[in-house]
Amino acid sequence: MSAITRADVEHLGRLARLNLTPEEIDNFAGQLDVILASVARISEVAAHDIPPTSHPIPVENVYREDVVRPGLLRADVAAGAPAWEDDRFRVPRILGEA
Amino acid sequence: MSAHADELMDYDQAVSLFDPVIGLETHVELGTNSKMFCSCPTEFGAEANTQICPVCVGLPGSMPVVNAVAVESTIRMGLALNCDIASWCRFARKNYFYPDMPKDYQISQYDEPLCTDGYLDVIVPTDDGPQVFRIEIERVHMEEDTGKLTHSGGDTGRIHGADYSLVDYNRAGIPLIEIVTKPIPGTGALAPVVARAYVAELRNLMRSLGVSNVRMEEGSLRCDVNVSLAKPGEPWGTRSETKNVNSLRSVERAVHSEIERQSALLTSGGRVIQETRHFHEDTGRSTSGRSKEQAEDYRYFPEPDLVPVAPSLEWIEQLRASLPEAPAAKRARLQESWGITDFEMQTLVNTDALDVIEETVAAGVEQSAARKWWMGEFARSAKEQGIELSQLRVRPADIVRVEALIGEGALTDKMARQVFEGVLAGEGDVDSVIAQRGLVVVSDDTSLLAAIDEALAAQPDVAEKIASGKVQAAGAIVGAVMKATQGQADAAKVRALLLEKLGVSE
Repeated sequence: MSAITRADVEHLGRLARLNLTPEEIDNFAGQLDVILASVARISEVAAHDIPPTSHPIPVENVYREDVVRPGLLRADVAAGAPAWEDDRFRVPRILGEA
Repeated sequence: MSAHADELMDYDQAVSLFDPVIGLETHVELGTNSKMFCSCPTEFGAEANTQICPVCVGLPGSMPVVNAVAVESTIRMGLALNCDIASWCRFARKNYFYPDMPKDYQISQYDEPLCTDGYLDVIVPTDDGPQVFRIEIERVHMEEDTGKLTHSGGDTGRIHGADYSLVDYNRAGIPLIEIVTKPIPGTGALAPVVARAYVAELRNLMRSLGVSNVRMEEGSLRCDVNVSLAKPGEPWGTRSETKNVNSLRSVERAVHSEIERQSALLTSGGRVIQETRHFHEDTGRSTSGRSKEQAEDYRYFPEPDLVPVAPSLEWIEQLRASLPEAPAAKRARLQESWGITDFEMQTLVNTDALDVIEETVAAGVEQSAARKWWMGEFARSAKEQGIELSQLRVRPADIVRVEALIGEGALTDKMARQVFEGVLAGEGDVDSVIAQRGLVVVSDDTSLLAAIDEALAAQPDVAEKIASGKVQAAGAIVGAVMKATQGQADAAKVRALLLEKLGVSE
């Protein structure tokens, strides 16, 4: 049974602002399905007494002191930016969100 | 601007037909030195993109580490709001497509907030005296602020019609806490006032804790205001969410106008849609933004780059024990010690004058004098400049000095006002303003007697009255002398000299 539908892929594509072709949608639906099915097999092994794991190593409370350290130089950042104007990153206009 | 203006119903009629239910989500920037997940500075107003590093611009391979003070501040805020503090919680990624976050996600907390289930009591003045509303707090969680976008091109400077946007990431990664209330029913016509009082009290609380300077005009406190309406006894209706309401006055106006808008809609056969609305400071009204029915889908999942936060009980109890006096308790204490009425206290609170007056009294000024100056000249000046009292150039020490000079007879009340006028205008401290403006009390007998003679000559009838024993008439002559000396005469001395000259006694 397919868990990922074409509609799911279209939705994810929209969220990521990707313009997917019908072929790509079919292709990704199949691939994502394989990934989910593989993960589902692991879920079968995990008994109810095993909580979902978000971090593989049991470490807690790792903090930084609230101390300022130098960051990046603006000129270096600008040099790496695809587009730059008025000391700021220039990005394409954004539609559909505000 | 919107293509069409929404119909509004008269407010009194609206609240007679419907019960408003409000809810508030408040974002506050914490006053830490460095950002939430990296060591960049957090200063407001720095040049664009000068407070950034690989973490807050989302360069590949960079790893976030949590700021310990931000966690501590959030716990203290949670405790002050009577919340439960989680013994274990995680950060989550909130995924969305928008360039204000270079990572394409914001690190936030989702189903495991650090603080839950608290409350804050707020007091609202009504015709029947002060009324207390308990605002239930759903959660307080930690997250990071986003970058600042400027929309260019087009003709409006707004996102619609913009050709492109410019992004400054200085603000990206500044620690934020979000405080979310449960739905607040039962406030009736007072809903807008309660909403405002709640945000004001949150701000007082955060200032008293020292976790944020809470300057709303710098955007360090921002509110999203939810409003829905219900007919009495019926289930709550659909709510709208008005975003980025950034002043106390706007919070009140946003609730007010949304009640008027939804009432008009519901009584004309329309329905309220679940949507995000944008508030406009200039008109006090909101316009429709994106509809929520096209489902937000943030695909939250636990942030794998950060380990869980698990504050120990000992730490929490230590923070609880060190909480400062709550603003409400402090108000009650000061009101009692100053012997002022509920109304007078409310006025001080509404003017945001409590802290500066307390400071001034602590510096040694009589409370009535401290109140007189801050609530009078200074409040007016702050209002004119659109700033807070604490941002004025005048400091409590200046008031101490001026009051001392008045006490010594070296300044009259009128001259004191001129001194403060100079201090507020940036002419220097009290003594240099006095020196520069030549504000010296005229008390040498020769010049005062000359002025008295002139005044008596100008008002011979009054002179006669006083001479015949009607001492109360002396006021007119003293007043004339004060006027002639531009308020720089020592009034008590003028009176004494006058009576002596006419040979009468008090």
